[in-house]
Amino acid sequence: MNVGIPKELLQHELRVAATPKTVVRLKKQGFEVLVESGCGVRAKFSDEEYVATGAEVVSSAQELYSSSDIILKVQPPTEAEVGLMKRGTLLLSYLFPAQNLPLLGKLAEAGINAIAMDAIPRISRAQKMDVLSSMANISGYRAVVEAANYFGRFLNGQITAAGKVEPAKVLVIGTGVAGLAAIGTAKSLGAIVRAFDTRKEAREQIQSMGAQFITVEIDEDGSTASGYSKEMSQAYIDAEMALFKRQAAEVDIIITTAQIPGKAAPKLLLEEHVMAMKPGSVIIDLAAPTGGNCVLTKKDEVYTTPNGVVIAGRVDTLPTQASFLYGNNLCNLLDDMGKAENFRIDMNDDVIKRAMVTYNGKVNWPPEPLAVSAQAKKTEAGKPSPEEEAAKKAGKVKKALISNVIWLAVVGALLFLLGKVAPADFMGHITAFVLAVFVGWNVIWNVTHALHTPLMSVTNAISGIIIIGGLLQIQNDFSDPRTIMAFIAILIAFINIVGGFTVTYRMLKMFKK
Amino acid sequence: MISTNIQIAAYLFASILFILSLSGLSSQESAKKGVIYGIVGMAIALCATLFGGNIQGYVYIIVAMVVASVIGVIVARKVQMTAMPQLIALLHSFVGLAAVLVGFSSFIDPKTVSMAGAERAIHMVEIFVGIFIGAITFTGSIIAWGKLTENITSKPLVFKGKDVVNVVLLLASVVLGVMFVGQGGTHGMPFLIAMTVIAAFFGVMLVMAIGGADMPVVISMLNSLSGWTAAASGFMLGNDLLIVTGALVGSSGAILSIIMCRAMNRSFFAVISGGFGQEVKTGRKLEGKVNSMTHDEAAEWLKEAQSVVIVPGYGMAVAKAQYPIHDMVEKLRSQGKSVKFGIHPVAGRLPGHMNVLLAEANVPYDIVLEMDEVNPELPETDVAMVVGANDTVNPGAQEDPSSPIYGMPVVEVWKAKRVIVMKRSMAVGYAGVENPLFYKENVSMLYGDAKDSVDKINAKLG
Repeated sequence: MNVGIPKELLQHELRVAATPKTVVRLKKQGFEVLVESGCGVRAKFSDEEYVATGAEVVSSAQELYSSSDIILKVQPPTEAEVGLMKRGTLLLSYLFPAQNLPLLGKLAEAGINAIAMDAIPRISRAQKMDVLSSMANISGYRAVVEAANYFGRFLNGQITAAGKVEPAKVLVIGTGVAGLAAIGTAKSLGAIVRAFDTRKEAREQIQSMGAQFITVEIDEDGSTASGYSKEMSQAYIDAEMALFKRQAAEVDIIITTAQIPGKAAPKLLLEEHVMAMKPGSVIIDLAAPTGGNCVLTKKDEVYTTPNGVVIAGRVDTLPTQASFLYGNNLCNLLDDMGKAENFRIDMNDDVIKRAMVTYNGKVNWPPEPLAVSAQAKKTEAGKPSPEEEAAKKAGKVKKALISNVIWLAVVGALLFLLGKVAPADFMGHITAFVLAVFVGWNVIWNVTHALHTPLMSVTNAISGIIIIGGLLQIQNDFSDPRTIMAFIAILIAFINIVGGFTVTYRMLKMFKK
Repeated sequence: MISTNIQIAAYLFASILFILSLSGLSSQESAKKGVIYGIVGMAIALCATLFGGNIQGYVYIIVAMVVASVIGVIVARKVQMTAMPQLIALLHSFVGLAAVLVGFSSFIDPKTVSMAGAERAIHMVEIFVGIFIGAITFTGSIIAWGKLTENITSKPLVFKGKDVVNVVLLLASVVLGVMFVGQGGTHGMPFLIAMTVIAAFFGVMLVMAIGGADMPVVISMLNSLSGWTAAASGFMLGNDLLIVTGALVGSSGAILSIIMCRAMNRSFFAVISGGFGQEVKTGRKLEGKVNSMTHDEAAEWLKEAQSVVIVPGYGMAVAKAQYPIHDMVEKLRSQGKSVKFGIHPVAGRLPGHMNVLLAEANVPYDIVLEMDEVNPELPETDVAMVVGANDTVNPGAQEDPSSPIYGMPVVEVWKAKRVIVMKRSMAVGYAGVENPLFYKENVSMLYGDAKDSVDKINAKLG
């Protein structure tokens, strides 16, 4: 089977769908690889490099499309490109199916089976082919590097002979893959990093990357089953805005990554926030392609506001790196589809059936939803209703009450019988005994697990109190058997007391923080 | 000499101090203060008794106490923390023996002989019960001590009809008791001696039937028994302090037994009737590959990890690996990694055994967590290191309903990203159950003596 890599037509698309390294992988999978001459130039791969790895270079797009069974692309194909493809061709590419329905129609009409790489479901198994993650990782990294470029100071704090430098403070808003990558990069450059996200599960992830999680006082979770966040309530947004205002005045760099699928990016930084920032501060808006998180962001432009804040609405895509990761994502997908030998399109596969947006001449969009949140969803179903629960509880309470009454009655009766026959002295002892059992019961449950061994040795020492029995029995006359028995009793009981307390104290001294 | 009322007041004060002593153990910070309360309480109790009048044989008392102090201090100073279970078992036996001796002594006391009517009957019952519990405690603890020092095989001894024999023995004791109470003067002595022999035999049988890893339950049970013994002696002597103290200790041991049984998901009765782990019921047959690793690889894993949870078991105590483990923890922590310990309640041979061993090796107690605290953290953990534990980390307890330990709470190490299991061989654990943990993909076995292995890893960690 032939895999074809065409040249990207879009002017600002610098990436290519296969690098020489991923071509090697494709060859290993058993595919023949055709590349269009010059396809890798903008990502800094020459035709010669492709040839060296065993790919065949063809001079025109026509030739490439007509002799390929699988096409690997980055940008969605233009109408002209669709026209060049054979019927039955498998296309792997970004397609943005939600925004590009007419294109899907054209692809279906042309009999092309298209997999939208941006529609690969974000489940664990599909992570290796998740281009959104691999690209987001790059943009998160790049956002920090570019911010450092526009920012006029060090990111890390330094104490030098020439004077002390404060570390830069970076705020990351939205901590998906890009946000986490940005945190990691900023952290490793030495900045103080804070991060904000509406999803509660993000807290741990943020802290694990070494950043400080900042939050508002309102308890609302923005998680959804898709792994993206939902829109929040007005009260929450107000609190969030106030938080950003305080932070804006303090931090030097803000990186925003908040996006909501299929919608314009939420506006998180208003004019007042930008005005509050110090001159020389930098905002990197990774949501710029979908409208930007900052109201002042200009798509694909970097400019300085009148108060001296740099706002970047474009981030370099690191085409060499991005092409490699993107190419690998594609290879992983082809791996899953059986490589060249057992290649097949399995529409029962969870990943394929969702990403395959056109198949056998039909448009297959939108797919059925699939839950992927990292944390198990809080299931509401299956729980009995509150009324049922209350009824059950009442039933239980009633039962417990009845059995309690019976128990107490039995105990009371027994004590009454005992009181009838036993002497007064004995009743006094029983009183002390029963109360002590209750006290012991309550006290011991509070003993921490870690101290169970000391507990045993101290109770050992205390139960050496049996020595009193010996003391009361011992006589002046050693030939009296009582004296001998009591002597031994005193001896061993006192070993218990001394040994028990000493060893307990020794153990407890070892417990150190 | 002090008056009886003052003596009672002193006893009450001592009881309060004992209660404070036990409640002090609710946290590490207050525990030392607790021991001091206990010592003061004991001193007050002894003084109140010694100066309470009617005490004879001061010379003998002083001799006994001096000798006992020397022995006690030496033993307590010398004992190794790994040998704590043995020491505690031995101390329990002392309480039992003392109770038996006091019981006999009280029986031949002329005051007892001169009693009559209901008072005498009750007193006879008290003596009988006190000696009965005392003898069981004594021999049971001696056997437990023998098993822990491995002078006696730690395998459970069970034979057909064991339960029948036990029931017959119990009934015989009751019959002897009835006959004993009916005798006048000291004529009951033969019955008393016969019962003592039976009770002693009963204690032996009870503990012989219980295997090595059930020791935490046995020790807790004997702890409890030693308390009830003291309480019974208190009734016999009409001494409230003994009663109160015995009751405190008795309920303490009972609670420990309950905690240990819950941690093994078994009923107290099942443990006591013994024989667990006898027939090897493997549950589901296990198939798959077991990964093994070298010390180099283990060191690599630890170097790459940001968070490490160490789960020790009895194997750590046997190998005395707690010292090199402490060094390892120091190294990892100095590299900024988070290191924690996860302790299963029944790890070791004594409740809280692991905590004491780690404390001895200077591991700070705030990183030593209980099973319930550490389980939620395991999915976020990079490397879990199991040192000489087996059944307490067996996923079969959750995944395999046919497993004999199904339902027992376990430390969920397999949820960590990677797991190192240090083990001497592939042998099954105490419960005789195969461990599916070893067959999991993210688990690698590091065979060999735990101390040796940790030493080697330490050398690689640099």
